[in-house]
Amino acid sequence: MPSEHLLQVENVSKRFRVRGKTLHAVENVSFNLDSGKTLGLVGESGSGKSTLGRVALRLLDADGGRVLFQGHDIGRIPKKQLRELRRDMQVIFQDPQASLNPRMTVGAAIEDAYVIHKIGTKSDRQQRVEDLLQRVGLPPSAANAYPHELSGGQLQRVGIARALTLDPKLIVCDEVISALDVSIQMQVIQLLKELQKERNLGYIFISHNLAVVEYISDEIAVLYLGEVVEHAAAEDLFKKPSHPYTQVLLQSILKVPDPQSETTQALMHIKGEIPSPFSPPPGCTFHPRCPFAQDICRTKKPEPRDIGHGHVVSCHFAE
Amino acid sequence: MAGHLFEVDNLNIEFRRSDDKVYAVNGVSFSIGEGGTLGIVGESGSGKSVTMMSCIGLIRSNGTVKAGTAKFEGHDLLKMNRKQLEHIRGLEIGVIFQDPMTSLNPLMRIGDQIMEGMIEHHYATPRDAFDRTINLLGEMGIPEPKTRFRNYPHEFSGGMRQRIMIAMALACEPKLLIADEPTTALDVTVQMQILALLKEQQEKKNMSIAMITHDFGVATNFCDKIVVLYAGQVMEVAETKEFIRRPAHPYTIGLKNSIIEVGQRDRALKPIPGMAPTLTSPPTSCSFADRCPLVTDRCRNELPVLRQVDGNHMVACHRAEEVLNHAV
Ligand SMILES: Nc1ncnc2c1ncn2[C@@H]1O[C@H](COP(=O)(O)OP(=O)(O)O)[C@@H](O)[C@H]1O
Ligand SMILES: Nc1ncnc2c1ncn2[C@@H]1O[C@H](COP(=O)(O)OP(=O)(O)O)[C@@H](O)[C@H]1O
Ligand code: SF4
Ligand SMILES: [Mg+2]
Ligand SMILES: [Mg+2]
Repeated sequence: MPSEHLLQVENVSKRFRVRGKTLHAVENVSFNLDSGKTLGLVGESGSGKSTLGRVALRLLDADGGRVLFQGHDIGRIPKKQLRELRRDMQVIFQDPQASLNPRMTVGAAIEDAYVIHKIGTKSDRQQRVEDLLQRVGLPPSAANAYPHELSGGQLQRVGIARALTLDPKLIVCDEVISALDVSIQMQVIQLLKELQKERNLGYIFISHNLAVVEYISDEIAVLYLGEVVEHAAAEDLFKKPSHPYTQVLLQSILKVPDPQSETTQALMHIKGEIPSPFSPPPGCTFHPRCPFAQDICRTKKPEPRDIGHGHVVSCHFAE
Repeated sequence: MAGHLFEVDNLNIEFRRSDDKVYAVNGVSFSIGEGGTLGIVGESGSGKSVTMMSCIGLIRSNGTVKAGTAKFEGHDLLKMNRKQLEHIRGLEIGVIFQDPMTSLNPLMRIGDQIMEGMIEHHYATPRDAFDRTINLLGEMGIPEPKTRFRNYPHEFSGGMRQRIMIAMALACEPKLLIADEPTTALDVTVQMQILALLKEQQEKKNMSIAMITHDFGVATNFCDKIVVLYAGQVMEVAETKEFIRRPAHPYTIGLKNSIIEVGQRDRALKPIPGMAPTLTSPPTSCSFADRCPLVTDRCRNELPVLRQVDGNHMVACHRAEEVLNHAV
C-alpha cells in the first residue's frame, strides 16, 4: 500500500519494567514525517525523545500503537523484509566514538556496511568511502585514521558518513551536535541541511537546544513525561507557544542580549522538577509545575486540541 | 578599580606529553573585583579549566606553571605550599565542577559531605556545622532538608546534585567561587534555577564569581565582565555591556555569529572554518590567523599582544581598531 508519508507514527507507547515497576517512557504519541522534511523533538532529559526515536526505527519494539515506514507496518513485517528496510532508516548519536570500534580505521568502519550488505567490489567500496569522506568534509587521509586521532567534530562527520553509506531515506539525529563547540555545531548543521536537500532525506532531529531545533525543523513536537504536549509548525510554535510547559522552556533560554536594548535577561524562578516517570501525576502531567493550573487540571487529562492550522496543544486552557 | 580580589598576571602553563609539549596557557592575565562576576568563555581546549584550577593548585602531574602570578587578596597562590592552598581552597575559595558525581563521594551521606569541609577548616563546630548544613540545603531549594541530609548522591537528580555541590562550595562562605561549567550538563530549566540560586547567594554575601562557560548566553546574562580565551590566550576582555555592543576581536565576532538563537530560522549559516589548534610550541603569531576572515601577513608573523582599545576593553588583534571603526 503506497503512502504519502515517509513515516507514520500512530498512538505509540513504550514502557519499561524497572525493578518490578512500570516506567512510562513514551505515551500515546502520533506524528507523520514526509521526505525532505524535519521533525524536531524537544523536551528535558528523560522526556522520552531517544526512546521515541528508537521506536520509530524499531530499534525498540513499541508496546502500543504502530509505526508505518513508507506504508509498511514495521512492527509486523517479516524479519527479512525489515532487514531490507533498515537500510533506509539510520540513526546518528551524540557520541560517535561510542559506536566506533577503537581498533578499526575510520575507512574500514564506513566500508563495513557495504561489506555486511555485500555491496560492490573492494575497489568499488573504497571509492565510495572516499566519496563519502569528501562529501562530509573530511580529507581522504581520514580513512586511515583511528577514532581517537580525530576531534569531536571530525568524529561526528564520520558518524554522518556512516549513516549515509546505504543511501537512507530517514535519519534519526539524536543530540548530534550537543557535544560539539558552537563553531563546529554550525558546520555540522550546515552539512546536515545540505545533505537533506541533495538526497531528500527525512530527519527526526532530537536536541535539547531549542534554537537549533527551531532553525532546522519544519515541525516540532514538545515532549513532557513521554507525552507530546504541543505539536506545530516550527514558526507557529515559537511565535505562539501555547502549552505552559513550552512557554517555560522558551523562557529558560538565555539569549545574548540585543546590543540596542542592553538590558540583560532576568534570571527566572522556575518551579519544581520533572516528576517520576513511574507514577506520572494524574490529570495534566504538568499540573504540579504549571503556573496556571486549576482544579480541572489535577483530575482531568487534557486531550490534544487543534487550535488552528494543525497547531495541536494538550492543555485545558490553550486557545 | 581599587582592590582586586583575584588577579592573574602573565600565567603560562605547559603539559608534557609522550613526545611533545602542549602550551596550554600562554600569558593569560585578568582580574576579578570584589563582588564581581567574571565570565571565562571559550571553546573546549581553550584553557579555561586549566587556567583557573592551576591557580588553586589543582593541576595534573604532567603540567607545570612556567611563569606568572595569581594573587588572591594580594598573596600569590602560585607561591603557596600544598597545606596553605588546601586551607584557602574550601574556606576562602569555593569550587563547583561540571559533573557533581566526580566530586561527591558516592558512599557518604550528602549531609556529612557538606559538614566535613566546615569542620576540617575549623569554620564551625560539628553541632553548628550540622545546623548550617540543614539551613544550606533549605536555601539551595532542596525539600525536606532533615531527611535528605541522610541520602546518598545517587538518590538525587542531576539538578539536585548540583545544588548539593553548591551547598558544599558555599558552606564556609568563600570570598571567591570558581564555577567550572556548572550548568553545562543540565536542562535549560534547571540551568535557569541554578543560575538564579547562585545570583541570589552572590548578592547576599557579596561574593565574587569566576564563571567558566562556553555559553555566550550564560556569560552575557550572568557576568559583568567577560574574558575570551583561544588557544590558551586572552583574545578579548570587556565589561559585558561593551562586549555585547562592540565586540572587537574577529574570533569573538565569529563565535557570536556561530550561535543560532531563537527566531533565526531564515538566517544564513557562516561557520568559522577549521578548528581550534593545540599549540605544541609557544605562539609567535596570531593563533586565530588560519581561521580569520581578516588575516594579513602581519598576523602570520607577529604575535598580537593584548592591548587596550577603549576604557577597560582589551583586545589581542592587530586589526581591532579597524573592526571597531567598521573599517573592515
Ligand atoms: N532501556 C531502558 N530501561 C529502562 N528505562 C529506560 C530505558 N531507556 C530509557 N528509559 C527511561 O525512559 C525515560 C525516557 O528516556 P529517554 O528516551 O532516554 O529520554 P530523553 O532522550 O528525552 O532524555 C527515562 O525516564 C529513562 O530513564
Ligand atoms: N593533563 C594534560 N596533559 C596534556 N594536555 C593537557 C592536560 N590537561 C589539559 N591539557 C591541554 O590543555 C588545554 C586546555 O585544557 P582545558 O583548560 O581543560 O580546556 P577547557 O576547560 O577550555 O575546555 C587543552 O588543549 C588540553 O590539550
Ligand atoms: S590578528 Fe589578524 S588573524 Fe588574528 S584575529 Fe586579528 S585580524 Fe585576525
Ligand atoms: Mg536522549
Ligand atoms: Mg573545562
